[in-house]
Amino acid sequence: METFLQQLVNGLVLGSIYALIALGYTMVYGVLGIINFAHGEVLMIGALVSLTLIQGMMMLTPFLPGWLILVLVLPITMAVCAALSYTIERVAYRPLRNAPRLAPLISAIGMSVLLQTIAMMVWSRDPLMYPQLLPSLPIQLFNSAVTITGKELIIIAVAFLVMCALLLLVERTRLGRAMRATAEQTQIAALMGVNPNRVISITFMLGGALAGLAGVMIATNYGNANFYMGFIPGLKAFTAAVLGGIGNIRGAMLGGLLLGLIESLGAGYIGDLTGGVLGSNYQDIFAFIVLIMVLVLRPSGLLGERVSDRA
Amino acid sequence: MQALFQRFNLRQISIAVSAIVLVTLLGACGKSDKKPAAAVPADATEVKIGHVAPLTGPIAHLGKDNENGARLAIEEINKTGLMIDGKKIFLTLVPEDDAEDPKTATQVAQKLVDTKVAAVVGHLNSGTSIPASKIYSDAGITQISPSATNPEYTKQGFKTTYRLVATDAQQGPALANYVTQKLQAKSVAIIDDATQYGKGLADEFEKTVKAAGLKIVAREASNNKATDFKAILTKIKGTKPDVIMYGGMDATGGPLAKQAKELGITAKIVGGDGMCTEKLADLAGDAVTNVTCSEAGMALSKMANGNDFQKRYKERFNTEVQIYSPFTYDAVYVLVDAMKRAKSTDPAKILLVMPETQMNGLTGNIAFDKQGDLQHGVISLYEYKDKKKSVLDVVKM
Repeated sequence: METFLQQLVNGLVLGSIYALIALGYTMVYGVLGIINFAHGEVLMIGALVSLTLIQGMMMLTPFLPGWLILVLVLPITMAVCAALSYTIERVAYRPLRNAPRLAPLISAIGMSVLLQTIAMMVWSRDPLMYPQLLPSLPIQLFNSAVTITGKELIIIAVAFLVMCALLLLVERTRLGRAMRATAEQTQIAALMGVNPNRVISITFMLGGALAGLAGVMIATNYGNANFYMGFIPGLKAFTAAVLGGIGNIRGAMLGGLLLGLIESLGAGYIGDLTGGVLGSNYQDIFAFIVLIMVLVLRPSGLLGERVSDRA
Repeated sequence: MQALFQRFNLRQISIAVSAIVLVTLLGACGKSDKKPAAAVPADATEVKIGHVAPLTGPIAHLGKDNENGARLAIEEINKTGLMIDGKKIFLTLVPEDDAEDPKTATQVAQKLVDTKVAAVVGHLNSGTSIPASKIYSDAGITQISPSATNPEYTKQGFKTTYRLVATDAQQGPALANYVTQKLQAKSVAIIDDATQYGKGLADEFEKTVKAAGLKIVAREASNNKATDFKAILTKIKGTKPDVIMYGGMDATGGPLAKQAKELGITAKIVGGDGMCTEKLADLAGDAVTNVTCSEAGMALSKMANGNDFQKRYKERFNTEVQIYSPFTYDAVYVLVDAMKRAKSTDPAKILLVMPETQMNGLTGNIAFDKQGDLQHGVISLYEYKDKKKSVLDVVKM
C-alpha cells in the first residue's frame, strides 16, 4: 500500500510535467494540423537559458534567496521560449503553410536537429549541474507512507495553476474564441475578422512559454540540464497528447497525467503482474500498449472529437 | 512567393530538400567539432589513427574525454617527430561519433576501414565495441578499446581485439567483495541500464554476491536514456536493501543516486567505472557522498606520472580528466610502439606484433594475454569527498 501511494505521487509529478509539454503539441495541432517536433527542443533551450540566467544572478546578486531568483528568472525564460517558438513558426512552418503535409513535418525535424546542435555548441556537451533553488529534502506524509520533496509539491501546484489559467484563456476570452475558431475552420474564421496569422503566432508563443516552464521544472526536479534533454520528454508528451486526443486541450492534460501514472505504476508493478517475465525496463511498453489500445478503440484519443481528416 | 510555391511543385520540393541538406550540414559541422587538421609536413607520410566514442547524447562528455586523451598523445608524438623504418611519419586523428548506439558503431567502423586507418582506438562502450569489432576483424585492423569492460569483447575469437582496462569479470567481483566484506551487507538490490555493459557488470556482481550468501531483494533494469528512476526506486525501497548496485553510466547513475536520497533511501549505492567520473559529483548533488564506485584500471592519482598528465591535459583542453583519457593516451603509444617494432605502418604488420607488446605506459605495465586482455589488470575503488573522487583502495584481481 505504501509503495502504491508513493508510485501514485511519483506518477503525478511526472504526469503534470508531461501535461504541460503536451499542451504545446496539442494547441499547435489544433490551429495548424501539424506536429511541431521542435517543441521538445524549445523546452531544452528554456532549461539552458534559465540555467545561464540563474548562474548570472547568483554571481551578481548572491544575497537574493533561491526561490526569488527562480521567480525572477522564470518570466524571462518563458519570454525567450515564446520568442523562439514564434521564430520557429515564422521560419520553418509559415513558408510551408500551403505545402504538402510532409514538408512541415520534415522542417520540424530539421529545426529540432538544428536547435540541439546550436545548444551543444553554446552550452557544451557536458551534463550541466542545475542549482537546487527549491527545497529538495524529503518530506514524510501520511505516517511516512509517502515521501515527497518541496520542489515536487511546487511543480504539481504550478502545473495545475497554469493549466487552469490556460483553460480560462481558451474558453473565456476573445483571444481564446479566436483560437478555437481558427482551429475549427481557418478560412471561415478569417472571413469573420480573425487574423489567422496572429492567432497562430500567439498559439506558438503560448506553447513555447509553457515548454520553457516545463524545461525549468524538469531541470529543477532532476538537478541537471543538457543539450539532449528535450528529446525524451518531447516524445513522451507527444504520446500523451495523442492519448488524450490531439487537438484537445483537456485531453492533453488528462493524457499527460495518465501517462505519468501509467509509467510509474507500470515500472513498479510490471514485474509482479507478469510473474517476472517482463522487468521494469519494459515500463515504456506498458505506456505504449495503453496508447495502442486507446487508438484502436477510440482512434481520436480519449477526449478527441471525431472530425473528418483535416488539411 | 505564395503563388510561386503553389504553381511549381518541383520548386517546393527542391526548397524542402535544400533546407534539409543545409540543416544536416550545419548539424554535421557542429557535431564533429573538427579543428582544421594540422597540415601534414611535405616531407612526412600521413598515418591515420581512428578514434570512436559517443560525441553526442548523454555521455558525450566522456566520449570527448577519451578523444582528448588520444589527441594529446598524437600531438606529443608529432611534436617530437616519429620515424618508422627511416621514413618520417605524421599521425592524424580521425575522430568519429558512435552516439553510444550499436548500429551507428558498425557504420562508423566501416567508415574508418574505408578511410584506411592504420588502427583504431575505441570504442568507449562495450555495447558499441563488440558489434564494431567484427568489422575491424574482417579488415585486419587492430582495435584497442580504452574502456570496454564487458568480458565478451575479447572472447569472440578475433585477433584484432585489445583493451587497456580490466574486465567486468574482475570489476564485478571487486565491487561485490567490497559490499560483502567492507560494508558487511546482508541484502542488495541491483539495477542496470539494459546495455551490454551495464547488464554484464550487474550479472558479474550478482554472481559473486550470491556466492557469498547475500540476498538479492530486487533485480531491476532501466535504460541508458532514462531520467526518472523514482518508480524503480520506490519499488526497491519497499524491499529495504542494505546496498543498491547500479550497472550503468554517470548520466543515469547521478540522477539515480539523487532521487534515491529524495525518496529517503539510505542504502549505500555502488557502481562500476561507467559512473565513476568527476562529473558524477555534479549529477548526483549531495547524494554523491553515498556513492562508492570502481574504475577498471589504475587510479590517476596513483599513476607514476598521473599528476603530470593531469596538468598537461588541463593546459591543452582547459577541462578536467573525466575517467578514461589516460587509457586512450596509452592506446596511441601502444600503437606507435607496435609500428616501431613492426618497422611499418601497415595494419597487417602492426597486428602481427601486437601480442608481444611490453610497455611501461602512463597507466602502468601493458602486456596482453592470448585474448588481448591486460595481463595485470587492477581495479580502483573510489568514494567522493568534498565533491571530488578520492581513492579508497586499489585491488589486483
